[in-house]
Amino acid sequence: MGSIFNAQQIVNGLQVGSIYALIALGYTMVYGIVRLINFAHGDFFMIGAYAAYGSFFIFNSMLAGKHGSIAFLVLIVSMLAGGLIAMLANQLAYKPLRYKPKLSSLITAIGVSMFLEYFFSALPMIGPSYRSFPDIIPKVQISLGSATISNYVVIDIVVAAVLMIGLTFLVRKTALGKAMRAVSQDKDAARLMGIDIEKVIGFTFLIGGSFAGAAGLLAGMTYPRIFPYMGIQPGLKAFIAAVLGGIGNIPGAVLGAYIMGLAETFASAYNSLLGEGIAFAILIIVLLVRPRGLLGEKVADKI
Amino acid sequence: MMLVVKNLKVSYGKIEAIKDVSFEVPDGKIVTLIGANGAGKTTTLRAISGLEKCAAGSIEFDGKNITNMEAHKLVPLGISHVPEGRKIFPTLTVRENLELAGWTLKDKKLIKERMEDVFEVFPRIKERANQLGGTLSGGEQQMLAVGRALVTGGKILLLDEPSMGLAPVLVDEIFHQIVEINKRGMTVLLVEQNAAEALDIADFAYVLEVGYTTISGTAKEIAEDPRVREAYLGV
Ligand SMILES: Nc1ncnc2c1ncn2[C@@H]1O[C@H](COP(=O)(O)OP(=O)(O)OP(=O)(O)O)[C@@H](O)[C@H]1O
Ligand SMILES: [Mg+2]
Repeated sequence: MGSIFNAQQIVNGLQVGSIYALIALGYTMVYGIVRLINFAHGDFFMIGAYAAYGSFFIFNSMLAGKHGSIAFLVLIVSMLAGGLIAMLANQLAYKPLRYKPKLSSLITAIGVSMFLEYFFSALPMIGPSYRSFPDIIPKVQISLGSATISNYVVIDIVVAAVLMIGLTFLVRKTALGKAMRAVSQDKDAARLMGIDIEKVIGFTFLIGGSFAGAAGLLAGMTYPRIFPYMGIQPGLKAFIAAVLGGIGNIPGAVLGAYIMGLAETFASAYNSLLGEGIAFAILIIVLLVRPRGLLGEKVADKI
Repeated sequence: MMLVVKNLKVSYGKIEAIKDVSFEVPDGKIVTLIGANGAGKTTTLRAISGLEKCAAGSIEFDGKNITNMEAHKLVPLGISHVPEGRKIFPTLTVRENLELAGWTLKDKKLIKERMEDVFEVFPRIKERANQLGGTLSGGEQQMLAVGRALVTGGKILLLDEPSMGLAPVLVDEIFHQIVEINKRGMTVLLVEQNAAEALDIADFAYVLEVGYTTISGTAKEIAEDPRVREAYLGV
């Protein structure tokens, strides 16, 4: 079987982990601020992929050949699409249930998720079937010693890293980031500081959704096939990554996602079915051994 | 009048926590609400600052009807509320706690100036500026909570049991600072179970009993009222 722990696998694992991390951050931020597991979050990833797909053809016809600018614009559109739909879901579906029993919003989240999947399948210009995703920039193979990787893998890792550094700055250093942390710790106290907590919550959905949207573009490029249900599987894996890291904890989500990405890649190299199943094995082990996750602070009622 | 509360009623579901509460807070004065556990003191303050909805009655602040306005809109109008249990943000530093209190202020220099004021009033807070809020002692948290209200500024300071859980020296210190803050022009509405200390610094007082305001008068009159002396002053 040779060694499965080679450089090639590590890079691939980091790439898969990068995509999970972008999705997991939204799960964990939304959970942190409103204690909701937003089951529709994986669908914002799907929406980002379709927004990227559609906008690529428009930008490509306008800016033919300028791959860098096209890719950048497509990234912005996919982030906006994921972010705005997330904000809308919050405004229409979750906000009215904010102070109702948690089970109501949880079931609503499942409803929002199914609605988005069926609605996109029903839309004539999208439809239920697979579409092949165009090469947004030319694909090249880069050889690094014994490993050969595609430039897409590098792009996935780098774009995710840049976005996550930006998020860290936002949350740690800006006034808005402080407000987000304040709202997630104590809503009444935040209101007494004059913070409009609903605005901050809406903004958190916007950021979380936009990261999922960006992940949708990256995944679309890398595995060039998109469909309305494409968010379910990565959404679930990213959720497990967030639980592994300690849901509500931002660095935890990133750590959990990279661990998941690497574990899945190594396991797949050994046996592809094992690769599919290892996420769930990790979930069960975490829930048994350390229910609060790697970096989670306390055991709370998670759902 | 800085604050006029008329026939206020607040319910938590089926529980009527406040049944009929009326009182007034004149400009520049210290008014205290005293009452036993569960009398409705905290609920009254929460209704004033917009954290609870009023089922009936009205609240007028600085000539404006503010009944059922949202909490975050009342802060820029001039209501600063130091809540029961202090509610410091535990994983924000002391400095970040203070900065957030300036959320509604546009002028960043003013926030800095006011933070310097807080550091002067409470040197202990200055020493701990870079420590997480959750690591402060109870007394330090109370100072920080009052400090946040000073950064926010405002016309009226609502204080909910600032002496709770503090050693007697610290209680004296906090009450001394409340008087100082009042002298600098902030009107104060003080809720206390520690009736003796509260009556000592207040101009006017109201007694709250199971959701009703029952006895009222100048702090001196209330301190001498035999009913109050027996029930709240333990003499
Ligand atoms: N969130 C809530 N849900 C239901 N009932 C509540 C809630 N908060 C307060 N109450 C009830 O309302 C009444 C008044 O409570 P409140 O906290 O205003 O009293 P208090 O005078 O501040 O008491 P203490 O001195 O113990 O702080 C009490 O009977 C209390 O049990
Ligand atoms: Mg109370």
